[in-house]
Amino acid sequence: MVDKIRRLPIFGEVFVKVGDAVAYDTTVARTEISGEPEIVKAAKIIGLEPDELPPYLLKQIGDKVEEGELIAYYTAFFGLMKKRVPSPITGIIEAISEVTGQVIIRGSPVPVEVDAYIPGKVVEVLPGEGAVIETNAAFIQGIFGIGEERHGKIHIAVDSSDEELTADHVKPEYKGDVLVGGSMVTMDALKKSVDLGVSCVVVGGVRHDDLTTFIGEEIGVAITGQEEVGITLIVTEGFGRMRMSQRTFDLLKSFEGYQASVNGATQIRAGVLRPEIIIPHEQGLERSTDGALASGMIPGTPVRIIRQPYFGAIGKVTFLPIELQQVESESHVRVLDVELDDGRVVTVPRANVEIIEE
Amino acid sequence: MATLRKPTEQMQFILATDVGSTTTKSRFFHRKEGEWRFLVAGEAPTTVEAPYEDVTMGVQNAVREVEELTGHRILALDGSGIVIPYDGRVGVDLYCTTSSAGGGLQMMVAGLVKSMTAESANRAALGAGAIVMDVIAKDDGRQAYQKIQRIRSLRPDMILLAGGTDGGASSHVMEIAELIRASEPKPRLGVGYDLPIVYAGNKALRPQIKDLMSKDFALDMVDNLRPVLEVENTEPARRAVHELFMEHVMSHAPGYTKLMKWTDVDIMPTPAGEGMAMQLIADTYKENVLGVGLGGATTNVYSVVDGRFVRSVSANLGMSYSVTNVMKEAGIENIMRWIPFNLEEEEVSSRLMNKMIRPTTIPQTLEDLIVEHSVAREALRLGLAHHRTIATRLKGIQLERTVADMFDQAVEETYVKMMIIDIIAGTGGLLSHAPRRIQSMFILIDAWQPEGVTRMFQDSVFMMPHLGVLSTVYKDAAWSIFDKDCLVRLGTCIAPAGTAEPGKHVMKVRLEMPDGETYEEDLSYGEIKLLPLPERHDAKAVITPARGFDLGKGSGHAVERTIMGGVAGVLLDARGRPIPLPEESSQSREVLLNWFEALDLYPEEKLKELV
Repeated sequence: MVDKIRRLPIFGEVFVKVGDAVAYDTTVARTEISGEPEIVKAAKIIGLEPDELPPYLLKQIGDKVEEGELIAYYTAFFGLMKKRVPSPITGIIEAISEVTGQVIIRGSPVPVEVDAYIPGKVVEVLPGEGAVIETNAAFIQGIFGIGEERHGKIHIAVDSSDEELTADHVKPEYKGDVLVGGSMVTMDALKKSVDLGVSCVVVGGVRHDDLTTFIGEEIGVAITGQEEVGITLIVTEGFGRMRMSQRTFDLLKSFEGYQASVNGATQIRAGVLRPEIIIPHEQGLERSTDGALASGMIPGTPVRIIRQPYFGAIGKVTFLPIELQQVESESHVRVLDVELDDGRVVTVPRANVEIIEE
Repeated sequence: MATLRKPTEQMQFILATDVGSTTTKSRFFHRKEGEWRFLVAGEAPTTVEAPYEDVTMGVQNAVREVEELTGHRILALDGSGIVIPYDGRVGVDLYCTTSSAGGGLQMMVAGLVKSMTAESANRAALGAGAIVMDVIAKDDGRQAYQKIQRIRSLRPDMILLAGGTDGGASSHVMEIAELIRASEPKPRLGVGYDLPIVYAGNKALRPQIKDLMSKDFALDMVDNLRPVLEVENTEPARRAVHELFMEHVMSHAPGYTKLMKWTDVDIMPTPAGEGMAMQLIADTYKENVLGVGLGGATTNVYSVVDGRFVRSVSANLGMSYSVTNVMKEAGIENIMRWIPFNLEEEEVSSRLMNKMIRPTTIPQTLEDLIVEHSVAREALRLGLAHHRTIATRLKGIQLERTVADMFDQAVEETYVKMMIIDIIAGTGGLLSHAPRRIQSMFILIDAWQPEGVTRMFQDSVFMMPHLGVLSTVYKDAAWSIFDKDCLVRLGTCIAPAGTAEPGKHVMKVRLEMPDGETYEEDLSYGEIKLLPLPERHDAKAVITPARGFDLGKGSGHAVERTIMGGVAGVLLDARGRPIPLPEESSQSREVLLNWFEALDLYPEEKLKELV
């Protein structure tokens, strides 16, 4: 089962209750963020000292004003000299300062909504904030992504996890789909996917230069999800040409034709957030992997090496020495021995492997 | 406020922790035969995030490691925290902690004029250990609506508002205050409490500021940080920031209310602790110090020059989370120039991106290590450049200029000049974990290019923040541990400033070693040499630079100094300043290799294989 917390940024109204069935686009909660303030230098416009302003004000704190409506009006020399201060926006007078002669007008509130994002059932309501949606689904976590929440039908565009996703693989009938490639996506394939309205591309790797060109700037710090590039991109392995993990590829393939909810948002800081692919389905429940992960690494644990010189290699832990050992860089670190799929046994720092969830 | 449970002279055991954003580090200290020493360290993942959302769990786990290593029980059996004071069997006499979990202290700063009060407010916030998210000023080049949008999008932990000298500008300061209020900034840690704001501006405006702000903000008003243009007084603002940090920010972070009850000393932001440690070095040696905390996400640079302490933080320069931002800001070509073998730019950038998305991985190969060391040089270089924009003379003051100055049109803004820096001190994972100590020394030298005679130190096992917070209540213990167990003496760098043609004579060095043996070295331009002189040994040196080269006493003038030894030794650097690296990459690689080999920087055979 997959749970998603759907929460407003500030308090508001929740529209669902426990037990409700929701679709991708069901509105779960709504609120209003106070409107933007507009500062009008009324005294300066008229040419008065701030404390001389009050007699010429036509509106007081709390009054509503329309855009263009006068908030202050000044006449002198028997009406020969006139100065008007119109409101630049429609809103409410929030403050009038006798120190600065500024009038602050608060604009109309801005509505903010949160939808369900995944189809499922409401299992908990967070009063005033949102709800928790639960669904029976497969959950795949990427390593890096860009682009916002979307959904679409899964389509496997390549024959193997090692094949590049090129422009030739991208076809008009994939409009709205979640397109799965293998080891890498080319720049042309990304551009064509956007042109044809593909919803999301899931792929093993992407070249750093291509990503920079595609989003129009170099990624400095990995806080993503807000890019407006017309597509969501989820990278499952890393940068450069990287064969998609066979298990991830097979899992996606087994759900070809299913609808998936995807989100490219990545935040690699405290409160780490990785991109995700959620595939709701009606099949039997698979066992959770939490238990296996909690027990940590033991001989036999399947791992993937995530740094040179064996980056991407997969194998099983054979030995976990307790003492620190010296590696090629001359650092003394905690290591483990891994028997790779090709039979070689290599020693790598423990920090450089990740457990493969089974 | 610190409330010690035992007089310091009776204390025997002290525990200090740092609750970092990923790891909580405990350090255990003991007084033995009248001398305070570091005993052991413990580490555990920080538990500020869900599902734990209680930092004390991570603290207990880190302390438990100390208990296991020493057999000395510190934690109460009922889970109520740390046993204080030591009763002859269990517990410690003092517990203190720093914290940067959950992003540390994030502040927004505002002032009237960007280069005057706003700049002073920025220095005050940085000095208090904050990450400054933005500096708002009347002349910051943005329209009012842009400032409002920016303030609304930030979710700071606190705001520091300055502006105007005492009795000076008033309505412009109020305009900034009204703009802030109208923007309705929201605190980062939840919506259920008032955002703290410190007012340190024109004191004549206090009644108006109170009327405007006290209803919606937790307002604290302190002495003006620029009472007159000629004086910057950041201390009251810095103290207020610390108090509000405890009272309003920490108390809303998960588990901190509990942690605050455990500690005897106010929780301090980690960089503030680190800054205290740098000040401790400067105070003790009575010398100018330039220090750095090169972390995974941020680079903090500290300077203490003629007693003036300034901290800068480059929030997005670091060796793991922010490693690709170093690449972005420095440019990949500037990282490539430190790599002495052939690697494709795309290969290096992919590796750095992969490090950023998997920040806890470590270099296994020599090639990877050298790539990371190249990035470190650039992060340090950029960090210092940023620091120099903050450590500046006070602006808005009329400068007295002599006739000699008339020929020198530009007035340099920063006073952080390498020739006046006596000590360089570094801390942070990359420097502390460098497999050979000479590597961290050389990285610092390449990046900062010290001039003259500079002593170099580094943190042994990351305990500068711990000792910094401890120094606020028990300076003698902090210094004893600092001196004996924390500060690794790397050695001394002797580097005349100047340039010349390759092969030209640069300096003659005569070193009289503690055993009476003397070394005489003549160095030519571009040469570099390392002489062994062990830690806690001094040598007498007479250094005579060639004409055109300066060691602090003018071109060609000899200096006599006592030179500090260290684990790396005495580095004679005749590369001149700025360090010349050929533009052409194959020549540049050859030059680098010569330097690396001269210092035995990396394992020779492996390095040859890479080239």
